[in-house]
Amino acid sequence: MNKHSPTPVNPNANKVTTGTENAGMQNWSLGRVLLHKPLALICGGFLLLVILGAIFAPLVAPYPPNALDLQNALSGPTAHHLLGSDELGRDVLSRLLYGGRRVFPGVLEGVLTALILAVPIGILAGYFGGILDRLVGAITDALLSIPTIILVLVVIAIFPKNSHAAMITFGTLVSPGLIRIIRGETLPLKDADFVSAARVTGVSDLQIMIRHILPGVIRIVIVQGSFIAASALGYMVALGYLGLIASSGEAEWGQMVASAGALLNRQPWLLVPSGGLIGLIVLAFTLFGNALRDASAETIAATPGPVSRGSSPLERTAQPQGFSPGPSNKLLSLINLSVAFSSRSRDILAVDNISFDVNPSEIVGLVGESGAGKSITSLAILRLLPNAARIVNGQIMFDGRNITGMNDSEFDRLRGSSFGLVSQEPGTSLDPAFTVGSQLGELVHLHDGVNRKGSRSRCLDLLNQVRIRKPEQLLTMYPHEISGGMAQRVAIAMALAGRPKLLIADEPTSALDVTVQKEILALLRQLQLETKMSVLIVTHNFGAVADLCDRVIVLYAGQIFEEANVFELFDRPLNPYTKGLLLANPSNAQPGQPLPIIPGRIPSIGSWPTNCRFAERCPYAADECLAGPIPLLALESERKSRCIRVDDLRKEGIL
Amino acid sequence: MLKIIGRRLLVSLPLVLIVSMLSFFLVLLTHGDPAVVILGMNHTPAEYEAVREKLGLNEPALTRYEHWLEDLGRGDLGVSIFNSEPVLKILKGRSGVTFSLIIVTTIFSSFVGIGLGIASAVRRGLLARIVDVTSLLGMALPNFWVALVLIAIFSVSLRFLPAIGYVQPGTSLSGWLKSLVLPVIVLSAPAIGIIGQQTRSSMLEVLDSPYIRTLRAGGLGRSSIIYRHALRNAAISIITIVGLTFVSLLSGTVIAETVFALPGLGGLAVQATSQHDLPVIQGLVLYFTVIVIIVNLIVDVVYAWLNPRIRIS
Repeated sequence: MNKHSPTPVNPNANKVTTGTENAGMQNWSLGRVLLHKPLALICGGFLLLVILGAIFAPLVAPYPPNALDLQNALSGPTAHHLLGSDELGRDVLSRLLYGGRRVFPGVLEGVLTALILAVPIGILAGYFGGILDRLVGAITDALLSIPTIILVLVVIAIFPKNSHAAMITFGTLVSPGLIRIIRGETLPLKDADFVSAARVTGVSDLQIMIRHILPGVIRIVIVQGSFIAASALGYMVALGYLGLIASSGEAEWGQMVASAGALLNRQPWLLVPSGGLIGLIVLAFTLFGNALRDASAETIAATPGPVSRGSSPLERTAQPQGFSPGPSNKLLSLINLSVAFSSRSRDILAVDNISFDVNPSEIVGLVGESGAGKSITSLAILRLLPNAARIVNGQIMFDGRNITGMNDSEFDRLRGSSFGLVSQEPGTSLDPAFTVGSQLGELVHLHDGVNRKGSRSRCLDLLNQVRIRKPEQLLTMYPHEISGGMAQRVAIAMALAGRPKLLIADEPTSALDVTVQKEILALLRQLQLETKMSVLIVTHNFGAVADLCDRVIVLYAGQIFEEANVFELFDRPLNPYTKGLLLANPSNAQPGQPLPIIPGRIPSIGSWPTNCRFAERCPYAADECLAGPIPLLALESERKSRCIRVDDLRKEGIL
Repeated sequence: MLKIIGRRLLVSLPLVLIVSMLSFFLVLLTHGDPAVVILGMNHTPAEYEAVREKLGLNEPALTRYEHWLEDLGRGDLGVSIFNSEPVLKILKGRSGVTFSLIIVTTIFSSFVGIGLGIASAVRRGLLARIVDVTSLLGMALPNFWVALVLIAIFSVSLRFLPAIGYVQPGTSLSGWLKSLVLPVIVLSAPAIGIIGQQTRSSMLEVLDSPYIRTLRAGGLGRSSIIYRHALRNAAISIITIVGLTFVSLLSGTVIAETVFALPGLGGLAVQATSQHDLPVIQGLVLYFTVIVIIVNLIVDVVYAWLNPRIRIS
């Protein structure tokens, strides 16, 4: 529709669009949210109390709203008048309670109008799309350009003192924002599996919308409804204050503030209860909405299962020797590195006690399925972990220095000049707001300290180095104007700008076409030959491994499962997991034979078993595999394998 | 770029027409008779007829709308029922105050909001809390109430600033500034919170993006990352919120100008509403809509200028 949403909603609220998040939505319930979110409970309880107070005002208010008590006029809070009294001695508490009877119906009218318009229109527009959607989009765009207040004033000018007309107008004018949100919420639901299934079995569109879509959007409707209520209340009291829907002296909250304003010199206290109550109610509506919104986001993000800390003392002693801070001929050494994601209550390990080295001029492959911890390991080396993640144990040595102990500014100096990064998505790895020349030039300037002309020639050198044919032309182009393969070459050029000793390539080809993949791999190999830098390549592509690497490290569920020279690994894997991966590699497929995939799924972070983490998928798992943590065993010719049955399986001829 | 502006304007024209129609026909629904408003209760039927004839009230609605549109084309928005002044003249006379107020508030709240937003995105913790609380309180406390409290503190108790009234910048620049301080603070409070929150969330999102990672891995320092690259990309969504803030300030002035007795458009809207002065209200509706359209156009242009994907294609 429009490229920007002109409704000032939290951008996170708009993000609920992917399939996984819908899964979380299914088990969202208002009751459970209230139980788990004390703030929502407090706000909801407070609102209920105030609304009940208004409904039962004649029963609970200590005085009638207009009962005069001239002796105690402007008294401030006393035993007689808990919240004080006004210039005629009228009890402020009672007037506030009665005032609720004016305000809440107006709020209800505003919210209901918005919901009655927005829910069906939003769902219809999202569900059917096409012309209807475009028409609704155009109308909502137009309505959003009209300042709400001024049309509300027009309506009041026509229907003087009529709060109903005013609030129905208000509801109508805020509905476009809500329509957009509901439409956005409907779009992914429309294509969800259960909806498609219903459609295939012949359920009518109307029934689908009522039974399947409506429950899916109800969450966002409640959240947005409570924000609209907050704003409706603001409107009611503002109109009351201006004397447009209430006459002066009436027991109406806005008017009470207005008369308190007039008595500012004599009794400033009067401003406190009226303004305070309005503020608290608006706050309660807003926080209630926030809490519901956050609660649904949290059910989505929640990770099941207890923490499994595989790094037990037993395992550490079982680690083979040679993992102590190594001799300085290693360029990079990871020593017992563990990385965890911290949530509010606990740490969840993502990388569990990993140790390996990268030698100068060596190309090492880090392979495994998604979720094995490959990328997290590589980002930990660069100190570019996501915010929730941190290194909880271990050291990283680079060029003989412990870089885990460095402060940030020291570390910043290593970036670019000691190691460079090429990341997965070439489409998003270049800054979209700057030209190629501008961002590459900035890095060149940083590392070489050269002037504009020198910088340009170095940029052209770099682009030539990554085999770009018309580098001058490319310098003035923006990232969105170039192809994925080209962008990846530029990203490599940027990583090379500081002449790094180690290039970390995080799935550098996964997002590219097969032909482009080959070119990029060839490029990396040539660059390595030219520059003699080391390369750590993270990939799940065994073709890339075979093409490029000297040595391979296989990761599974945060642990190293096998480490070997590339020829030996392909020739003879010494771990059932590696064997499974190699067999499942499409390039090994036999015509007419189904590809032998590994059954099951990699256990997700936070639900790793204490025994062999691959056991439940392993065709050769035995009782001993389930007995406890499996050590990483050192084997011949500097190979390592985390399989307790490796000797048995070799004897049986399986490995 | 010109294409963007052209397309925007093309879409806007029917909108102005729709709004004008809406306000015109809404007014026709009125139970109050403008002739009665002008004449008061004591009048002869002949006088009444004369006034109705003069105002063209006896013609069919569509014809009246046509006349009204023709007048509109000539820049004639009719005259105020209340004091017979031309509406356009009234609007012009009142614009200065409102624009001073809105522009100063937008600039002030953008600076503070974007500053707080960046700082709280980079540092998190306490500052982020401050932005959240400011934004919540700014939204929750009714602005007329905040205004009264500020008057109580700064004007009544401390006597720092004038409680109400407006000084022309031509008369006294310091007087003008002083008369704007409290209204600007009142209007800024929610705006700072909204801009601050948007800035923080956009900055956090951008700082988490792969291209920032590429640039950081390449060795760029914090200041270039934050101010050159992250802010530039986050600005695309911040500018949208700043535009929205400007528009919502139009509504805010209705209250602020009434509380502080500033002779602007917002105050005029309230006055005209309570006086049932429909030509003035109609004029205001159109005027406000045109302002919103212009602001949206400016936002679109800045947006396109910041976003090479749109600028180039």
